[in-house]
Amino acid sequence: MIGVVDYGGANHTSVVNAVDNLGFDYFISDNKKSLDDAEKIILPGVGAAPNVMQQLQNKGLDSYLKLSEKPILGICIGMQIMYETSSEGNTDGLSIFDGKVKKFKPRTDQPVPHMGWNEVRFDKTYSDLNGYYYFANSYYADVSEQTTAISSYGDKFSAMTSIKNFTGVQFHPEKSGSLGYEFLQRFLSS
Amino acid sequence: MLTKRIIPCLDVKNGKVVKGVQFDNHEDVGEITDLAYKYSKDNADELVFYDISASTKNEVVETAWVKKVADKINIPFCVAGGIKNIRVAEAILNLGADKISINTPAIENPKLITELAKEFGSQCVVVGIDSYFKNQQYNVYSKTGDPTTRTKSNKLTYSWIKEVQDRGAGEIVLNCMNQDGVRNGYDIKQLLDARRIARVPLIASGGAGNMDHFYDVFKSCNVDGALAASVFHKNEVEIEALKNNLFNRGIRVRT
Repeated sequence: MIGVVDYGGANHTSVVNAVDNLGFDYFISDNKKSLDDAEKIILPGVGAAPNVMQQLQNKGLDSYLKLSEKPILGICIGMQIMYETSSEGNTDGLSIFDGKVKKFKPRTDQPVPHMGWNEVRFDKTYSDLNGYYYFANSYYADVSEQTTAISSYGDKFSAMTSIKNFTGVQFHPEKSGSLGYEFLQRFLSS
Repeated sequence: MLTKRIIPCLDVKNGKVVKGVQFDNHEDVGEITDLAYKYSKDNADELVFYDISASTKNEVVETAWVKKVADKINIPFCVAGGIKNIRVAEAILNLGADKISINTPAIENPKLITELAKEFGSQCVVVGIDSYFKNQQYNVYSKTGDPTTRTKSNKLTYSWIKEVQDRGAGEIVLNCMNQDGVRNGYDIKQLLDARRIARVPLIASGGAGNMDHFYDVFKSCNVDGALAASVFHKNEVEIEALKNNLFNRGIRVRT
């Protein structure tokens, strides 16, 4: 069973569709007891950092997720809140990953949000899935020792960050066509 | 590097995909989900659905098909037409759309842009601008889905571009109405000027008739995406062939 975390009123449809289309059983929950039954947990990629963290704190899910030993995948905002802080609303994150999330500086030759298909290069486990993935983000994290995939927009940024059982991806695998589905399939079945 | 997007636009009217010449004389071109699926298989980067009946008739976009599309494709898509408030936008996003696009409601109530951006994030909020060149000026038009309701607004195109991005729009689709449906190419001059202003993604719309037109607009205007309808619906340009053509001429696209 895959547990998809409910931040409250947010749109999980895309990620739930993907999990369902790939043939995995899933449930959507904001409840610690229910999430105990999940083999893997997904933090979907919708919402803004302050609201998402507030929702997690209200349900006591912030410490629950941080202490969890289950494989956890955070997508987009779900990745960003795993860092120490985000400049989006000056929000404290879960401090699972080292570093801070900051905003791209908008320019006419480099518009923000960073929106569309960008090249992702993975370092090992997923390196056969290098290619183009869909992004829609105004905020990003720098490449660090925990970075496991790189993309670039002006400068390089962390497209995937991993430590222990935690994985965060800045792109949207659920919206990245067949390659994105292969990525999800591998995460969910590994 | 971020690639340039090729975006088929499906104008939806009464549950069918239609396309007319300069917005008039709409003809049916097919079922929504069939075309959506076809384009996603052909490597389109994104799809836009404009419900052109909703905006002009004071109706809310009829949403049953949004869920069907979301179930069927796994590339991003945007829904436009008749989205006048947060509640409708939320419903559409919850059905699986990635973005909502507002046009006439933004002109009538510019605060809506800010409210939507605050609620869902700028990356969900697209503002469509229908711009018409007349008497040496680019003016913004509203209610363009139907020739009998089409109205010149009090907004000038370039100042409106600045305003919508300041209000939190995450993307601008600039539809150059003089070009729409006539297939003489995108409005390079207008899009180049728009690019000098837009700090958010800018999508060219109106005028695509062949592959060279796509090349020209990316090369000359550095837009982030090019939107087109009839050339794709009538199979005059195949998306996969177009992307190979652009790639071979040095435009970065996802092939």
